[in-house]
Amino acid sequence: MRIFRRQALPGFGLTLGLVLSYLTLIVLLPLAALVLKSASIGPHEFWAAATSPRALAAYRVTFGSAALAGLVNLVFGTLLAWVLVRYRFPGRGFIDALVDLPFALPTAVAGITLTALYAGNGPLGRWIEAAGYKVAYTPNGIVVALVFVSLPFIVRSVQPVLESLEADVEEAAATLGAGRLTILAKVILPALWPAILAGFALAFARSIGEYGSVIFIAGNMPMVSEIAPLLIVAKLDQRDYAGAAAIAVVILAVSFAVLLAINLVQLWLVRRRSAKAVR
Amino acid sequence: MKRGVARPPALRDPWWLALPLILVALAFAALFLLLPLVAVFGYAFEKGWDVFVTAIGDPDAREAIRLTVQVAAISVPANLVFGIAAAWLVTRFEFRGKGLLVSLIDLPFAVSPVIAGLVYVLLFGLHGWLGEWLAERDIHVIFALPGIVLATVFVTFPIVARELIPLMQAQGDEEEQAARTLGASGFTMFWRVTLPKIGWGLLYGVILCNARAMGEFGAVSVVSGHIRGLTNTMPLHVEILYNEYQSTAAFAVAALLALLALVTLVLKHAIGWRIARTTSDESSTEARP
Amino acid sequence: MRIRLRNSWLAVLLAASTSAIAADVTLLNVSYDPTRELYRDVNAAFAAQWKQQSGDTLTIRQSHGGSGKQARSVIDGLQADVVTLALSYDIDGLHENGNLVPADWQKRLPDNSAPYTSTIVFLVRKGNPKQLKDWNDLVRDGVGVITPNPKTSGGARWNYLAAWAYARRTLGSDDAARDFVTKLYRNVPVLDTGARGATTTFVERGQGDVLLAWENEALLAVREIGKDRFEIVVPSLSILAEPPVSVVDKVVDKRGTRAVAESYLRFLYTPQGQELAAKHHYRPRDRSVAEKYAADFPALTLVTVDEAFGGWHRAHQTHFADGASFDRIYVPGR
Repeated sequence: MRIFRRQALPGFGLTLGLVLSYLTLIVLLPLAALVLKSASIGPHEFWAAATSPRALAAYRVTFGSAALAGLVNLVFGTLLAWVLVRYRFPGRGFIDALVDLPFALPTAVAGITLTALYAGNGPLGRWIEAAGYKVAYTPNGIVVALVFVSLPFIVRSVQPVLESLEADVEEAAATLGAGRLTILAKVILPALWPAILAGFALAFARSIGEYGSVIFIAGNMPMVSEIAPLLIVAKLDQRDYAGAAAIAVVILAVSFAVLLAINLVQLWLVRRRSAKAVR
Repeated sequence: MKRGVARPPALRDPWWLALPLILVALAFAALFLLLPLVAVFGYAFEKGWDVFVTAIGDPDAREAIRLTVQVAAISVPANLVFGIAAAWLVTRFEFRGKGLLVSLIDLPFAVSPVIAGLVYVLLFGLHGWLGEWLAERDIHVIFALPGIVLATVFVTFPIVARELIPLMQAQGDEEEQAARTLGASGFTMFWRVTLPKIGWGLLYGVILCNARAMGEFGAVSVVSGHIRGLTNTMPLHVEILYNEYQSTAAFAVAALLALLALVTLVLKHAIGWRIARTTSDESSTEARP
Repeated sequence: MRIRLRNSWLAVLLAASTSAIAADVTLLNVSYDPTRELYRDVNAAFAAQWKQQSGDTLTIRQSHGGSGKQARSVIDGLQADVVTLALSYDIDGLHENGNLVPADWQKRLPDNSAPYTSTIVFLVRKGNPKQLKDWNDLVRDGVGVITPNPKTSGGARWNYLAAWAYARRTLGSDDAARDFVTKLYRNVPVLDTGARGATTTFVERGQGDVLLAWENEALLAVREIGKDRFEIVVPSLSILAEPPVSVVDKVVDKRGTRAVAESYLRFLYTPQGQELAAKHHYRPRDRSVAEKYAADFPALTLVTVDEAFGGWHRAHQTHFADGASFDRIYVPGR
């Protein structure tokens, strides 16, 4: 490894050694064990376990709910970030602090609370069911739990970008006679999109792995409202270790691909912006 | 930070636009953030203070609280040391494969907690890769404290590093360079220059890491074995009570965890404000000719 | 914790050197979901007796969960001295995976190693608004049936087999029984992973019209939540559930707890243990105790798994294995 430095600071070897060994022991070796286990049954069986009808339905529920929750947050999370940054109103600081609640609140607590609120005899569920809808114990419940859990990712991703938007660019556009909508479409949204997308991807990656908050509210019906992480646990409890590992590998691959995609897109955006600046 | 800066009049949105937007956003925040928080405490105190106190004072609940604190007391410092080392490595040196390393550090964020538990069962379970070796030596990893700590460490792995990397990147390394030029040892440089600089950010990361460590459910649930008074953490105890027709007691323990979350939010907010102030101080001093 | 751990090390050391000196002994009983209240009382009673008998202070720890999940944990290394599970199939698993118990474990204690029995009944809302009297009422349109997932819950397997046994007897064939059970599961809106989760869903969250439950669980729910909200319906036919118990030989031999673990299980068969079982709504094996509590346990036709399904292994292969009859209920297009 070559080090490009004017004057090297100390600790390269120490920190590299520490980071690599910790990373290997805690994360890489265990994940390698998982992949090995799923491979131990051979490609045919792996394929059968990873694509059984029940597993496919679980992926559909998991990815579908995660995408839907991400979309809800894409709209409302962005709106919330917008309102928090652009307007002054009583309670703004409080709401701003509250945005991190889903990150700090244990998922099991969120799970039992949302279930109690949205069940047919709960304070919200009573109204919803009187109107002829059902949230708890249906796939809708999964979406509600995931909206809660992944909300901070979008808000916290969009907020700093909104804050750093140069007011003078908007002002210039306004002076040049651009209407509010034109400014939004031509100035603000282009600057905001990368952050919104990154937030969406983070929220999505978090949602597909979520377990604690979902299992209480989901209803857990095979083929209908059973999420993939629950199927992993069910397989494990039936001592189908390789089957559990196979589904875990699929989920892992998808979330890793999502994270990799964010990193690549962001890298590409940064390069494009700096290229523009040079020009 | 332009938070406090008033916007030019031309860009100020008229009230008929701002008000509905604010109201919709507030309604959304009230429904998805405020209501669940209020509900936890509402259900916890539904049957009065006495029931709450009894639920918290129950021996199994107390053991669960103790275990939870113990797990956090081991896993947070471990991740703290790792986080500082990783941030130092990533922000102070250029080397090949750095991008990959950063992605790998982020990896646990993308791993389902259930999978985090599963991997340790596959490794340390009696029929796992190391199971027999451990059993012969009578070492218990899963269904005991080490397994719960490992699963927690895995899940909270990137948090401190993630908080420190952007901060240290922004701060640059001029002061460390200067300290070295003046002949400070590596340790002195770290202790006297780096640590005070990153102090608040570090605290911020530790607080978040602690909240996640104490609240982890999925990963711990897979490796715990659910032995009452021995391997049940607080979130698992909440689930148990919930399943014992003791809904109020479940929400009582849940309220303790929610309180922890609230304290986390308050500290986080205070520290965020602190960091913003110190950075803006620095930038204003730098800007002075 | 540290003190506790040191104590248990001390206990091991003492037990190893001189068993005459009073010591602290711990047992771990890994059990299924609805036995929480039963074993809380049994543990206290037995610990008191053991203290008198041997002078040792006995702490019995409990772990509860779905029966299959609990068996899996023990196979994966959970140090259970005794297991008290929902069905013998799960304890057979302990023999097949790692030889934790001998093959003939079920012959070591009387009555197939099941000190108490139970059956499956219906719990309905007060006044039985949907008029659910027997199994055939559960397949009607618009009836919500709450039962856990038989893949993960032992109690749910008994539910499933009871329904199947009823349908085969009244409709005459396995094919008709399959259609009946499929229809029944089409009426299930929530499939919890364990019996306790299902009860909570029905009782606290107000889902469904009827809960298929262990008799003890149903009686407990009525007692705990109140007679004014629920009532029990006893179907014309049900299944004789025999939740078995066993010492985990590999663990007790390593920990040196065989003697205490074995007397713990035998305690369940004593009049005192039987009395506790009956008090917690399990049907006692002991004649005289059973007579005393006869009013609590209505007589009904009970079939056994051995007669009706040729034993648990057969039942597992035909109904609960991957791709077997339960999985086919959820294959789309049926």
